[in-house]
Amino acid sequence: MVNTKDVTMDQARLEARELARTASAQAIDFRRRPRLGETIIQALLFICAAISILTTVGIVYVLVRDALLFFKLEEVTLWKFFTETMWAPQIGAVGILPLLSATLITSLIAMLVALPLGLGAAIYLSEYASQRVRGLLKPILEILAGVPTVVYGYFALTFMTPVLQALFGRDTVQVYNMASAGLVMGIMILPLVASMSEDALAAVPSQLREGAYGLGATRFETAVRVVLPAALSGILAAFIVAMSRAVGETMIVALAAGAGPALTFNPFQAAETMTGHIARITSGDISYGSIQYDSVFAIGLALFVMTLILNIISGSIVRRFREVYD
Amino acid sequence: MNDPTPKSAQPSIGYLPQGFEIERNIAARRLQGTLWRNLFVSSLLIGILALLVLIGTIVNDAFGYVALANKVDPANLASQPLKELSKEELVAILQANISQGLFRRLENDQPFTERSQENVLELVYERVVQQQVIESYDLWESLTQREAIEQELTSQNPKAKLEFRSWLNWGFLSRSMASKAEFSGVRNALLGSLWMIAITVVVAFPLGVGAALYLEEYSSGSRISRMIETNINNLAGVPSIIYGMLGLAIFVRALGFFTSGSFLGLSDSNGRTIISAALTMALLILPLIIINAREAIRAVPLSLRQASYGLGATKWQTIWHHVLPQALPGILTGTILGISRAMGETAPLIVVGAATYIVTDPSSIFSKFTALPIQIYYWASQPQEEFRRVAAAAIIVLLIALLSLNTVAIVLRNRFRRSL
Repeated sequence: MVNTKDVTMDQARLEARELARTASAQAIDFRRRPRLGETIIQALLFICAAISILTTVGIVYVLVRDALLFFKLEEVTLWKFFTETMWAPQIGAVGILPLLSATLITSLIAMLVALPLGLGAAIYLSEYASQRVRGLLKPILEILAGVPTVVYGYFALTFMTPVLQALFGRDTVQVYNMASAGLVMGIMILPLVASMSEDALAAVPSQLREGAYGLGATRFETAVRVVLPAALSGILAAFIVAMSRAVGETMIVALAAGAGPALTFNPFQAAETMTGHIARITSGDISYGSIQYDSVFAIGLALFVMTLILNIISGSIVRRFREVYD
Repeated sequence: MNDPTPKSAQPSIGYLPQGFEIERNIAARRLQGTLWRNLFVSSLLIGILALLVLIGTIVNDAFGYVALANKVDPANLASQPLKELSKEELVAILQANISQGLFRRLENDQPFTERSQENVLELVYERVVQQQVIESYDLWESLTQREAIEQELTSQNPKAKLEFRSWLNWGFLSRSMASKAEFSGVRNALLGSLWMIAITVVVAFPLGVGAALYLEEYSSGSRISRMIETNINNLAGVPSIIYGMLGLAIFVRALGFFTSGSFLGLSDSNGRTIISAALTMALLILPLIIINAREAIRAVPLSLRQASYGLGATKWQTIWHHVLPQALPGILTGTILGISRAMGETAPLIVVGAATYIVTDPSSIFSKFTALPIQIYYWASQPQEEFRRVAAAAIIVLLIALLSLNTVAIVLRNRFRRSL
């Protein structure tokens, strides 16, 4: 008896549910309906975002494909590429060292200028300057950062080189030289270091400073022993980004550092950097598929890998060593 | 670091200075603080000084005395000064003194009946009189050593005329490239830059905003979004010359059939055209636009979206009518920053193959072209001093263009800040 009663109860319940469902369907359907227009728009926006991935893929594909053509040639081996001390692909000399050393020397000079000056400027702006002074001085650094690199190249050639020649003599300083390019590159990178470091310093909570002052530290002691260590990861990241910028910089070295690869460690001599070489070779009417064309892509690949590694390191420093304060 | 502080400044040692030592300790630490403060200030001042010297060098090169000498004495051409002659007389002089071929070419460029008297006069000076700059001086020399310059000139070139010249003048803006510095101008370079920037913006702006919308509104926080984000950050750090190589291999070489205009029957160029350069630039500034647009979109309050949804709007309606208008000033600021980057960028253009010596104006997106920074590069790399002056004048043109762009960006940014 009990069973049949249950069955009828169930049936009644089912019917009621069915009724309710049809009723609500007739009134308003609250379920999400697919809208074609919205889907198409979302797809289009996704394509826009995917273009950036395509760009990366394109860069890697282009560089690797043509660099491989270069390395497949009989006279080229990876070993020769990294150890030979002469670069002249037409005659089979394929050592990247002269270009690499010029790149490193100019970047190193730039770093020697940009790091201390940039960090000093950042500490002043973040720890010493009043609101008003900062508002006055920061735009000037921003202007410095916005000057196109070709203008810096002109500056290196028409100002820095004559100055160096006047200081050290025309016999020691060549017209085109790495020192002039490196120094001006340092000035170009200075605002980048300053603004990234200042961001890092400003992110340190003010309680830390107040604590230090409370213990009797001077402003300098607070800045250098408390704030600076707390912001170290951001500052390191700024240094590495600056290095990557220096390595990839083209116009200053193309104009001022000299045309023609040369393995020299004397900064007053002319030597062509990787970027300068790429710019010079591709500026002429270079024929596709020639050994020079392919060799330029091998240099480009090396350059790309160098800057990518630097950028990845800087990114991971920020993530791993960031001091978190609540 | 040479630490002048006494040991007692370090509390871990557990030694506290007593009596007179306290004052010595404090005085030493204060001195140290002042010294370092001056160092910090001076590093900032060096940066500012560098900017001033940079501007000074440019201005110094762009203005100053020039010594002009005529190859043909104007007195031999006409009894009156040339300026007072009518247009017809000037045309007659021109016809009598230059080759038939050149005369016909000038007629082809623009018929003489349509030219003004000033224009013909200029031609007479350029082609017949052949007034040449035989010596040029920078602004500093011109201001401080005027007498010495005059003496030197009268002893060496008695016929030469000394004249103060602004290398940046109307003729410089309206003339095209020429083999002599004093007849060179930035007309076609400026036009080339404008064409390129226009196309770059048309391509990069919608793509950049679309990508930012997708990342912020549709897939925020998802794995694919994080992947694209990392990718964009890395792209922003790729050297610009690498973008140039991408453009060379893809737009110039692989897609040369399209970018040269051959598919439309225009085949006077290879793929080294405005469109190739503009597409390369668009890819270059895309990360910059996306990063700035994302920040602007993120700053739009969530309540705005919720209100819109609450009234039954769809996602796209919410974005189009509420999120985008709110974020627009921020997005535009980022775009203008991208434009000024594209305007001054030189390396990718060299690789993609902008022509350094070209005298015609660009006529379509499939034209060969040159751009302002390319001209500066070309002129600055010439050994003659006169070309350096022309380069300085071109730099002033470029910097003024950039400065006005940035002013617009700052105004927009301030309006944006106020409205929030």
